[in-house]
Amino acid sequence: MWLTRPLRERSTQLFLGVLFAALIVVTALHLLMPQDSALYVSSYTVTLLGKYLCYALLAVAVDLVWGYLGILSLGHGAFFALGGYAMGMYLMRQIGDRGVYGDPLLPDFMVFLNWDALPWYWQGFDMAWFAFIMVLLAPGLLALVFGFLAFRSRVTGVYLSIITQALTFALMLAFFRNEMGFGGNNGLTDFKDLLGFDLRTDATRLGLFLATGIALAIGYVVCRGIVTSKLGRVSVACRDAEARTRFLGYRVERVQLFVFVVSAMLAGVAGALYVPQVGIINPSEFSPLFSIEIVVWVALGGRATLYGAVIGAILVNYGKTVFTGIMPDAWLFALGGLFVLVTVFLPKGIAGLLFDRKKTKEEPDTPAQEATA
Amino acid sequence: MSIFQQLTNRDQVFDFLAPEVSPVDVRHGPILYLEDVSVSFDGFKAINNLNLTIDDGELRCIIGPNGAGKTTMMDIITGKTRPDTGSVWFGSRHNLLTKSEPDIASLGIGRKFQKPTVFEALTVFENLELAMAADKRVFPTLTAIMKPEYRDRIDEVVQMIGLKDLRGAPAGILSHGQKQWLEIGMLLMQRPRLLLVDEPVAGMTEQEMERTAELLTSLAGKQSVVVVEHDMGFVRSIARKVTVLHQGSVLAEGTMDQVSNDPEVIKVYLGEEA
Repeated sequence: MWLTRPLRERSTQLFLGVLFAALIVVTALHLLMPQDSALYVSSYTVTLLGKYLCYALLAVAVDLVWGYLGILSLGHGAFFALGGYAMGMYLMRQIGDRGVYGDPLLPDFMVFLNWDALPWYWQGFDMAWFAFIMVLLAPGLLALVFGFLAFRSRVTGVYLSIITQALTFALMLAFFRNEMGFGGNNGLTDFKDLLGFDLRTDATRLGLFLATGIALAIGYVVCRGIVTSKLGRVSVACRDAEARTRFLGYRVERVQLFVFVVSAMLAGVAGALYVPQVGIINPSEFSPLFSIEIVVWVALGGRATLYGAVIGAILVNYGKTVFTGIMPDAWLFALGGLFVLVTVFLPKGIAGLLFDRKKTKEEPDTPAQEATA
Repeated sequence: MSIFQQLTNRDQVFDFLAPEVSPVDVRHGPILYLEDVSVSFDGFKAINNLNLTIDDGELRCIIGPNGAGKTTMMDIITGKTRPDTGSVWFGSRHNLLTKSEPDIASLGIGRKFQKPTVFEALTVFENLELAMAADKRVFPTLTAIMKPEYRDRIDEVVQMIGLKDLRGAPAGILSHGQKQWLEIGMLLMQRPRLLLVDEPVAGMTEQEMERTAELLTSLAGKQSVVVVEHDMGFVRSIARKVTVLHQGSVLAEGTMDQVSNDPEVIKVYLGEEA
C-alpha cells in the first residue's frame, strides 16, 4: 500500500517520533507544571505553536508541488484561505443568536449590511460534516479547474507562477468586497465554539494544537507516500524532463493535476485548523505576499525533503514572532536578507546543512565515474 | 454449426473485440518494409523513391552525408512525418502510414534520439522502472508495486547495458556514454521489436564506442536494430550490412567492403573524408 510504505522508512519514523514527542512534551508542560514555573507552557504559547504547525502543514503542501513536481506555486495562500473560510463559515453559523445583533440565522456582518436572508452558498455550513467536506472540496475544486486549464495548455515554469500569483490576488480583491458575502475586509471573526467546545477555554486550545499536530503527521505521511511511490518518481521525471516523460507514455498533465489537487487540499486543511486558533479569517490571507512567504519558508528549510519545509516554516515563523516583538519594522529586511543568504550559501536549505556532512562521508562509497569518462 | 449457435456460443470472441494477437507478422522475413517512399518539404525532395527492407533480427547500419534523408526516414517510420507517396509496412500486417506516433511506439518500434535524455535525479534502476511497459495512468502508477518479475526484468537490462554496478547511482553522475546506454536500456524496457538508434556514439571515447558496438551486436537477433551513424570506424566494427543513402534514396547496399569499394559511394561520401 502506498500510504503505509512511508511508515516503514527510517526518515518518516524519525520525523513522526520527533513530532509526537514534541506534542507530548508541550502537553505535559502545559498541564502538569505550576503556572509560576519557568518550564510552564502558557495557553498563549500552545496556540502560537499550533499556528506554527498549521504553517508547517502548508509548507509541506507547497514542497510537494514545488520540490517534487517543479511547479512553483505563488498562490498556495489562496487554498489555505479557502479552507480557512470554509471553517470560518461553520464557526460563524455556530455563533447563532449570541452575536452582537442577536439574529438567530444571519451573521453580524449581514445584519449590518441589511441583508434579510442567508445567501445560498452559506447554506449547509451549520452542519460540521458539510463544512469539513467543504474544507477539502473548495480548495480541491479550485485547484482542479485551475490546474486542468493550466496543465492542459502546458503552462509551466515562471508563467505558471505568475498565474498562480494572479489567482490569489484576484481572490483577495473579490473577498475584500462586501457584496461577496464573506464579511468584506473584516472577514469572519468573533467565533464562539467548535463542535460544542468553547474556543476560549485552555482545553479546547490544547485540543486544537494536538489536532493540528496529528493533521501535520497525516499530511506528511500522505505526501511521503506519494513521493516514495512510482508516481513520485514520475513527478520528479516531469520536474526534470517533462517532454521525455511524456514520450515514455505518461500523461504529464494528469500527474501534475493529481499532485496539485492533493497539495491544495492539504493547504485547505491547514487553513481550516488555523482559523479557530487565531480567531479570525480575512482576505489578507489571500495576499500575494503571504504566498511568497510560504515559498521562502520552504526554500529556507530545504526543497524536496518535506521535513525541511516543516523546519523552515517553524523557524521562520518563530523568528517572525521574536523579531516583530523587538523591531517590527526590520522583520521584512531580516526575512529578505535571510533568503538571500540561504540561497547563496545554503542552496539546499537548512535540511541540506543538517545532512550534508553525512553525505560527504558517504561519497567515497558511491561508485566513482568511469575512468574512461 | 448454425449461425444462431455461433452467435450464442459463450466461448466465442468476436473479431472486433479480440485483442490483436502477435502484433507483428514476420513470417515472410522482413520486419520493416519501405517501398517507393517520397517526401518533399517546400519542393525539396528529402526522400526520393526510397526502397528499404530490414529483416527480422537484423542489425543494419545506415550511413550517408548530411542531408541524405536519414533522420527524415526515421521520422517517417515513427509516424512523425507522413510521406507524400509510397508505403511503409511493419511486418506484413501493419501499415504504419495509418497509425499515430504512440500507436507505432506501442506496436514495438523504439527510437533513440541523438541527444540522450535521462532523468538525472533518479537512479539508473528508477529510470528503467519508469520506462517499463506498464499501466501508466495516474492511480495505477500511484499504487504500483515492484513485483519480483519486474525487478528481474530491470536487472536483466541493467546487466545488458553494462551498468550493473551503477544501478543505484543517480543518472546525473553517469558519463555521456553511460547515459547513452541507459537510454538504450530504457528503450529495451519497452520490449521493442525494432530499435531505431540515431548516432549512438557521437561524443564517445574509443572504449565507450567498443562497448556500444558490443551492446548493439548483442541486441541483434532478439531485436532488429537500425543504426544511423556518421562514424565510419564504428560502422565498420558492427555492420554486417550497410545501406548508403544519398539525396533521399539508396545509393548502395551490401557489406562494408562492398560498399566502401563502390565507386559511386567513394565519390559522394567516402571521398570527402579521404
